[in-house]
Amino acid sequence: MTGIMNGFFRGTSIVSTGHVKIMTRAYNKESQLLPNDLALLGVDQLLAQLSQEYSDYFWTPRIISIGLLDVPDKNGETLKQSPVFAVGIDMFSKHSRQIEIWELERKLTTGRLPKKADEVLLSTRLYKRLNLNVGETVTFISSTMHGAFTTFNFHVTGTFSLNLGQVDKEMMLIDISGVRLALDMEDAASEILGYSHSLYFDDQASVDVREEYNLNYSESTDHFSPVMLALRDSNQMGTLVDMNNAIMVIILGIFMAIVMIVLWNMGLMSGLRRYGEIGMRLAIGESKGQVYRAMIMEAIIIGFIGTVIGTAIGISLTYYLQEVGLDYTKALESLSSTNMILPNVFYAKVTPDLYYIGFIPGVLATVLGTMLAGRAIYKREMAQLFKELET
Amino acid sequence: MKNKIILNLIILSYSLCFLMGKENITVDELLSAIDANLYSKSQIYTSKMIVHGRRSSRTIESKTWVVGIKNAFTEYISPPREAGTKMLKNDDKLWTYSPQTDRVIQISGHMLRQSVMGSDMSYNDMMEEQPLLAMYKATLEGTEIINDRKHHVLLLEAKITGLSYPMRRLWVDAEYMLPMKEELYAKSGKILKSTSMDGVKKIQGRWFPTRFLFKDELKRNSKGTEWIIESIHFDVEIPDIQFSKALLRK
Repeated sequence: MTGIMNGFFRGTSIVSTGHVKIMTRAYNKESQLLPNDLALLGVDQLLAQLSQEYSDYFWTPRIISIGLLDVPDKNGETLKQSPVFAVGIDMFSKHSRQIEIWELERKLTTGRLPKKADEVLLSTRLYKRLNLNVGETVTFISSTMHGAFTTFNFHVTGTFSLNLGQVDKEMMLIDISGVRLALDMEDAASEILGYSHSLYFDDQASVDVREEYNLNYSESTDHFSPVMLALRDSNQMGTLVDMNNAIMVIILGIFMAIVMIVLWNMGLMSGLRRYGEIGMRLAIGESKGQVYRAMIMEAIIIGFIGTVIGTAIGISLTYYLQEVGLDYTKALESLSSTNMILPNVFYAKVTPDLYYIGFIPGVLATVLGTMLAGRAIYKREMAQLFKELET
Repeated sequence: MKNKIILNLIILSYSLCFLMGKENITVDELLSAIDANLYSKSQIYTSKMIVHGRRSSRTIESKTWVVGIKNAFTEYISPPREAGTKMLKNDDKLWTYSPQTDRVIQISGHMLRQSVMGSDMSYNDMMEEQPLLAMYKATLEGTEIINDRKHHVLLLEAKITGLSYPMRRLWVDAEYMLPMKEELYAKSGKILKSTSMDGVKKIQGRWFPTRFLFKDELKRNSKGTEWIIESIHFDVEIPDIQFSKALLRK
């Protein structure tokens, strides 16, 4: 459940929020407008500092800009235009994991990944709408970080489909060096995004990092001071994270209750089925207390061994699903019009609580069931017992 | 002595007549006087635009050729990133050429709302540079003294549809006949932009401001854009070829 729920946040974190992200205070206030004139400056130094001080995360710069994509005719005049959402990610750096986390090699529908700053990937839908071919040149029209009108030529090297509904409808992906040239943003970035190395989203950890960073590095009086946001701080993600946590508790609660009832019932039934055996043991001289304690000890041992075996099998399966996942690509393709950022592959997650959570129903319920069934021992009268044995 | 008194009286009476005449000036005459100062058959000017951004200021230099209200051609001279960028306005069409991309792009639709070179002026502002009398119906709201100078306060309401600013308020200097201060409003009455001008000089027989300040009132913390006219020549012969699209690439 944790792994699947985490998958829902993965898409959002990769496309927009990161597990944590840093921007200037002024940019944060107007972030809906993508105000690159308020972008972070001195990004290389910031990245080096973040990598050193917050090494539990990997950090990557990003530039987001909106503009127009202009397709020229053979005379260089405008043939077609379309609004475009340009995302500049770090594709070329040696240690960058952007191609891996965006799964670009898998999501490439035609062509190849960009190798130069002036090469671009277009979303399949945008590419089809503009009736383009791989290798054609398109002009990106936007504003520089100084607000000046700018045009920049990019060569289309391929197309991608993220299956993210409206999100990638008008998206183009460029290496950040290309966007920096186009928007005159040398050593600047709209945002710096941070991800845990395992890509597992831990809400509490991201909140802790945010608190620590903002306490140490963010000046509330300086508009251009960097400020860190956790995933839950973006748009309505906080509500979703809380809702997710609540749903997890409810599902876990229901599941535990069912398992406990089943195991309790099992303990109860096995106790009741041993009615004759208990009677015999009492008849041959064992005290009621001895019989009762022996039954509980049995229940503890059986519950413990069962839980260890069950946990081992469960964790092995979870680990397999964590590494391989369940691919729902075909099913989700039919939902391509949805606004939700859904992952195509659902992964499980081996979490520390998996190692002990099974003991609660496995041992406790079995023992409780046995204890309840064992109560009958104390209700048995010796006279009645001999009468039963006679028959 | 007697002659001197008579001469003074004559001068005073002429001055009074002149001032009374100015008092009785109609709003349309005011608008015509403004248009006569600001518009001419043709203009060639070099200017400097200082864009005060939220972080830093940039200076953009350009040379512009204008004929009437329909044709304008601007070539940007500096900074290096903008040098060689050209802009052509022909009637209701606007093109821009960037040497980096070697592309001529027509600016239309919502792009007209974008700012020119990051300034507080939009392309729409450039496109709507037309005599006020042709676009607005004016009402005189009163007079105000600003910096010891008398100003007529005019409220202008659009008489044609589709204007970016359906309403304007002008503070017109009674001597220069120039709108020294202006507020531009949306139909709802919300202020969108404000402008002011100073450095008024008599150039070729007309009063003309050499420094304008534009401010986009919707941009929070905007410090505005200064536009300084460094040199200007009115009514110069400009050949038609200056406004051809072919010249954009040259």
